[in-house]
Amino acid sequence: MTSVLFDAPGPRAKKLNVVLNIVTVIVVLTIAGFIAYRFYETGQFTEAKWKIFSFPLVQERILEATLATLKAFALGAVLSLILGLILAIGRMSDHAWVRIPCTWFVELFRAVPLLILMMIMYYGLPPLGVDFMTPFLAVVIGLALYNGSVLAEVFRSGVESLPTGQREAGYAIGLRKSQVLSIILMPQAIRAMLPVIISQLVVILKDTALGFIVTYQELLFLAKYLGTQGQYGSPIIPSAIVVGAIYVGLCLILSGIAKFVEAWSRRSPKASKGVEEKLQLEAENLSA
Amino acid sequence: MDTLLNNLDLFVLGFKNTLILFSVSAVFALVLGTIVGALRVSPVTSMRALGTFYVNVIRNTPLTLLMFFFAFGYPKLNLGNLSFTTLAIMALSIYTATYVAETLRSGINTVPVGQAEAARAIGLPFGQTMSLVILPQAFRSVIPPMMSVFIALLKNTTVAAGFSVAEAGAIRANLSERGEPAIIVLLWVALIFILLVGILSVLQRRLEKKWKVAR
Repeated sequence: MTSVLFDAPGPRAKKLNVVLNIVTVIVVLTIAGFIAYRFYETGQFTEAKWKIFSFPLVQERILEATLATLKAFALGAVLSLILGLILAIGRMSDHAWVRIPCTWFVELFRAVPLLILMMIMYYGLPPLGVDFMTPFLAVVIGLALYNGSVLAEVFRSGVESLPTGQREAGYAIGLRKSQVLSIILMPQAIRAMLPVIISQLVVILKDTALGFIVTYQELLFLAKYLGTQGQYGSPIIPSAIVVGAIYVGLCLILSGIAKFVEAWSRRSPKASKGVEEKLQLEAENLSA
Repeated sequence: MDTLLNNLDLFVLGFKNTLILFSVSAVFALVLGTIVGALRVSPVTSMRALGTFYVNVIRNTPLTLLMFFFAFGYPKLNLGNLSFTTLAIMALSIYTATYVAETLRSGINTVPVGQAEAARAIGLPFGQTMSLVILPQAFRSVIPPMMSVFIALLKNTTVAAGFSVAEAGAIRANLSERGEPAIIVLLWVALIFILLVGILSVLQRRLEKKWKVAR
């Protein structure tokens, strides 16, 4: 995509590239080697520190924790999508009494750190008489409120990126406002924004790890627990590596789907080049 | 109001640490992110591969996990003592750098192809194509999303509260010892964050207006 930035290398550039390639590889190997050496020196690779993962009971707990993470992710994702859709429609309403509260809601919850939201749910509400609050609920509600607000902006900017002719044509053939939105605008907007929506789902998956801080018993919580087992040599680095691999694997699967969808939607001759780039920048803007 | 005023010392200390985390990490993330962004568009294959690998792995790792690794794993490596704050700054910078890199890259992609082609046609090498033609133009379209990255960084600093850094996210835990109601403390913290994010958003809009380019 960026190959327009440089010419096809000539003989001198090719030689230079070979040298630079070698230098890069050496630098990377030095850094990786140093880290591996420190791991080795401090005994992170000894059998004793990894033994704990060979017990079926521990493997079962890891599986359970992964499911706990996925459960929070799934419920959080579904609720955020629903909330996002409702808020997006609310923000585009012609009635000020709907539009203004929705706008405030979105702006407010986008500005509060997700962790603070979860803390409000978990530590703040129970003393006020909310006695059914569990760490799981705190994580899910926090995820839904925050990501719902972000997704509302995604849906809205998807609708706004459509040519006005679409809306006008809808009205011209006599559709009502709700019909124009649901039959004409939303399907196109969601399709245009699908890569952004899925990458926001990756964000939700990553943010479930915040549940660790509000004592939700997910993967990271288990990593801390396993990592502090003294009789197995406190294998905190091995357990972080194991849990990290699971997280990165899960997120890569979702990101892979996002890339696939992006390639699929790019195949159709819909958006022109300029629009697409603008959308991509918008996507960076929103999902950060 | 009393909760805020009676415990002003803790609030000030907490948000001072938040701002320290934010500003130091922002600088490091910007530097590291620019390097990674440059790697990702460079003509050298192994550099591109390195940039892509870094971005793909770190972007798919939760920040909490990175902090976990730095806060609990690093001390086990006997590499010398670093404070939790320093470790949190390292985790935040490494994490945010990927977003900076990706923002820069999509900014570069918004510059019309003809610009790079014209630069090459008049014989500019890669370095000059980038520094004289592409980056000055990419810079303008990159300002708003880059500010969003920094807003996200500001909010992400709260994660450090889970790892023994006395910043804004940790105010609740400290104040619950003084017997203050958690909800009021947390609402104050949330309100101050809304204000800080609001300031950054206003800055974002002003810069956007100032640097906007019609295309």
